[in-house]
Amino acid sequence: MCRCHVSTRRGFLKGAGACAVVSTLPMSMVELAFADSRRNFTFAYISDSHIQQIKGTQFVRNWDRGLIRAVAETNLLDPKPDFVVFGGDLAQLGKKEEIDHGAAMLAKLDYKYHCVMGEHDYYLDLGEYWSKLFGPHYYSWDHKGVHFVTLNSILTYEDWTHKRWPTAMQRMVEMAGLDNPNGSPFMVGEAQCDWLRKDLENVPKDTPIVLFSHSPIQKIYKGWNFWTEDAEQVQALLQPFDNVTVVYGHVHQIQYNQIGNISFHAVMATAWPWPYPQSYAQAESHLPKLTVPMNRADPFFERDATGWQLIDLDTGRVAMRYNLYNNTNRAVAFNPKTGQPEDTVFQAPQSRIDAQIHY
Amino acid sequence: MSKKTTGAVFGGLLLAVLLGGVANLADEPAPKDLERWQGEFMSVVKAGRELWVSPELGSNGVACAQCHPNAANTHPETYPKFQQQLGRVVALRDMINWCLRNPLEGQPLALDDPKMVAIEAYVSYERRGVPMAPGKH
Repeated sequence: MCRCHVSTRRGFLKGAGACAVVSTLPMSMVELAFADSRRNFTFAYISDSHIQQIKGTQFVRNWDRGLIRAVAETNLLDPKPDFVVFGGDLAQLGKKEEIDHGAAMLAKLDYKYHCVMGEHDYYLDLGEYWSKLFGPHYYSWDHKGVHFVTLNSILTYEDWTHKRWPTAMQRMVEMAGLDNPNGSPFMVGEAQCDWLRKDLENVPKDTPIVLFSHSPIQKIYKGWNFWTEDAEQVQALLQPFDNVTVVYGHVHQIQYNQIGNISFHAVMATAWPWPYPQSYAQAESHLPKLTVPMNRADPFFERDATGWQLIDLDTGRVAMRYNLYNNTNRAVAFNPKTGQPEDTVFQAPQSRIDAQIHY
Repeated sequence: MSKKTTGAVFGGLLLAVLLGGVANLADEPAPKDLERWQGEFMSVVKAGRELWVSPELGSNGVACAQCHPNAANTHPETYPKFQQQLGRVVALRDMINWCLRNPLEGQPLALDDPKMVAIEAYVSYERRGVPMAPGKH
């Protein structure tokens, strides 16, 4: 039964079906706020592909298909996005073979792309091979009046990284297990905070800032590292700006929040969905109250509750358009009236559907 | 029952208690029994957890915990329930085997395989305290 689904999906990608999916993106909503229309732009966001080697040239087919589909669909976008961001966890166990295989798929993108470091890319060789392909672990750039920053937010304590584990592969495996009590909390660290402070020094306070990280720069659930240990320090550096958005991966689900001047948006994985932390009955967690959850995943559709995002910055704020493979697409955009990101359809409690209730 | 017979029964019971110890009485499990039973259960839970995170359970290195950290979103309390895609009411172990065959690209376990019991024990243990809700979707 499953194999039928797979071949259908493969056929779907190759055929006109993929065009049909993309054409349902709300592209007509873009021409809005900037008086100077040259500042209007979009970019696409693909994340958490977890390319996993079985042996030799064999890779887990299911995860491969997620990334192949995202790349194929973003290439069909019209108007074209200005660039693509890959949000981290390209590999599952940081292996050269996995990073190479993932990079070969990303190379099929018709656009320039920027990469964010994920823990699955990092903890085998501390990001060395990833860096050869994708460049520095943290960096910033300006584009059409927006200041973009990418952080490596998945660092952790020196002792854990350098002294705890007998082999690099064991270190990788221990950090790869989301619910592994031997893991360690993510952090940005002092060196990067200093760099960020300097990077932001000369940026005018009314310039929109968009920051990319792999882990949430907020504290949701420590047990699964939906968490950054020094989130408050990073937030403090961002709060003086009028208009800040943090976009993060890692959580494989829709989340959004507003803390002071900072809007937060999580992105979907292309590989597999994760449960919301509240569905783990043994621990407290703190999903932002604003968040209307994504639909509960149906495992019989292997791409269900996965997807990729189109982001538009026409108001200088992030409008996140979730392109969901097996669910109705969602859009979460900054609402200037309430000063926070909101789902454009499901935000009001009476507008929600049963599948968004996780238990 | 005459007084004499009653006395004999009590005498016999007393003898049984003296000879066999309290453990032979069905209604009073001794603390050390409870401790042993709990120990046995937790050792099976631990075996289940090891299978849950093992890349060896299927054939492609994918582990159950990759999609289900702490066995979340497995909802053992809702089984047996109707699974639309299977067209019938199934037990949790049927879904465990579905996952073994599909995302893990492996072989199903026999329904009474000790590994299956261990996986079920782990999944249920992580969901302890949640009310039963058979059939719930």
